[in-house]
Amino acid sequence: MSVIEVTDLRKSYGGRPVVDGVSFTVEEGEIFGVLGPNGAGKTTTVECVGGLRVPDAGRVRVTGLDPVADHRRVAEVLGAQLQRSELQPKLTVREALELYAAFYPRPADWRPLAERLDLAPMLDTRFARLSGGQKQRLFVALALVGAPRVVVLDELTTGLDPRARRETWQLIEDIRAGGVTVLLVTHFMEEAQRLCDRIAVIDRGRVAALDTPAGLIRRSAGATVISFTPSAPLDEADLRALPQLASVDLKDARVTLSGTDETVNAVITLLARTRVTAHQLRVTDTTLDDAFLDLTETTA
Amino acid sequence: MKTDVLDTAVLRTELRLFRREPGALFWMLAFPTLLLVILGSIPSFREADPSFDGLRPVDAYVPVAVLLGLTVGGLQGMPQVLTGYRERGILRRMSATPVRPAALLTAQMVVCGGAALGSALLAVAVGRLAFDVSLPEQPLGYLLALLLAVLAALSLGAVLSALSRTTKIAGAIGSAALFPAMFCAGVWLPVQAMPDLLARIVGWTPFGAAAQALNEAAAGDWPDWSHLAVLVAWTALLTAAASRWFRWE
Repeated sequence: MSVIEVTDLRKSYGGRPVVDGVSFTVEEGEIFGVLGPNGAGKTTTVECVGGLRVPDAGRVRVTGLDPVADHRRVAEVLGAQLQRSELQPKLTVREALELYAAFYPRPADWRPLAERLDLAPMLDTRFARLSGGQKQRLFVALALVGAPRVVVLDELTTGLDPRARRETWQLIEDIRAGGVTVLLVTHFMEEAQRLCDRIAVIDRGRVAALDTPAGLIRRSAGATVISFTPSAPLDEADLRALPQLASVDLKDARVTLSGTDETVNAVITLLARTRVTAHQLRVTDTTLDDAFLDLTETTA
Repeated sequence: MKTDVLDTAVLRTELRLFRREPGALFWMLAFPTLLLVILGSIPSFREADPSFDGLRPVDAYVPVAVLLGLTVGGLQGMPQVLTGYRERGILRRMSATPVRPAALLTAQMVVCGGAALGSALLAVAVGRLAFDVSLPEQPLGYLLALLLAVLAALSLGAVLSALSRTTKIAGAIGSAALFPAMFCAGVWLPVQAMPDLLARIVGWTPFGAAAQALNEAAAGDWPDWSHLAVLVAWTALLTAAASRWFRWE
């Protein structure tokens, strides 16, 4: 069953389209990534999903409900961690958890939640005195305290150090393991590749691609990279004639080719035929980074 | 209790947070009565004065102290807090919950209005106990005038919160408006002692009208309907302006 359905969503600010016909669906139990460069319209899209903005056109449904018309019922099933939001500076962690738990009809018990998010030692600390990572963890706790069916996490790991980021990834996997669907907004490729079941790449207000991380990488022209140092020079024309080749790079006696698995097979055949030995042979998949750059390449 | 605009959990939290603001507590609750005590300690303020219609200046300063707390709260307290809540995205965070951020506005108004009433009660009590100022002889009229004055102050605060994009702007506008408002309430010269024309002009302002209504009720008359009408008109106008211009983020 689809937990979130977005169909042809449009939103402009001052005549400038920020979201320009975005569509996707998120299935129950998925970690769904919304990936894109800064200013691509990611945050506006999820704000429409959370009912914080009214779309100019298009349809948004969360568990079948309209987030604008049915704000309260959608807010009861959707927990959000937002960018650019804080709490009252003198509110303590405990008070924040108690207050937000009181907003929901069937809240989760906040104590185990605080325990799991390492907030237990700082329950009496005021919000203003928390570190960046502690504030983020508190916001995750507040997003979960209503026992939601889906959480929106918007740039959750931005500004965290690498260790805290990795801990947060584990946390996101735990959230999903607890049966909650996750809509994850990010601009970190590694994060999206590691966590997401499917990713919508958003660029300039449109969905540039929607696929699994592996699928996105496969779409990229040079999905597989093979590199080696040949024992004898190879004929460049032979290399350029390889099937499904995306790029050739000959530098310092090292050959680097990108293409598909078929390219790799043809290279091995070529080496065998010419009796050239490939030293330090490496075959790697390109990263989501490269695929992402391919997909969001500016036409400017 | 839970509606879109009133939520007891939010109200409890805002009350708790208000108690953690020593500045707000001092200026809204203690300062007006403190001023009354200082003025009342001057011997000449405890002698009947013909320019105060035969009242002692300390008698005339009790209604001033009563209005001072709500003036400070409405112009400086609430706008600072609400623009801060908007600036920091606290209202935004709350819009993502089943409770609307309007609940925060209501809670702030209840806390601020409650503090203003508490401050007024304290001023009246200290005036009675320390300086033998008689209690209002028309208590119902006094209470009505006070409640209307609180509503006017809160709606003025709401307009300031709506018009100020940042806490800095709210602070600047609040301070700039505070002095004329305190003047109208009679802090420098109680309205009884003002020249007739000035008193009439001041009577068109919310705090001037409130001061005159309180004086009439203190003396035992039902407050003049024109003063009460001025307060109601300001409240309606300011509330409409605030709801027209208020932005959640």
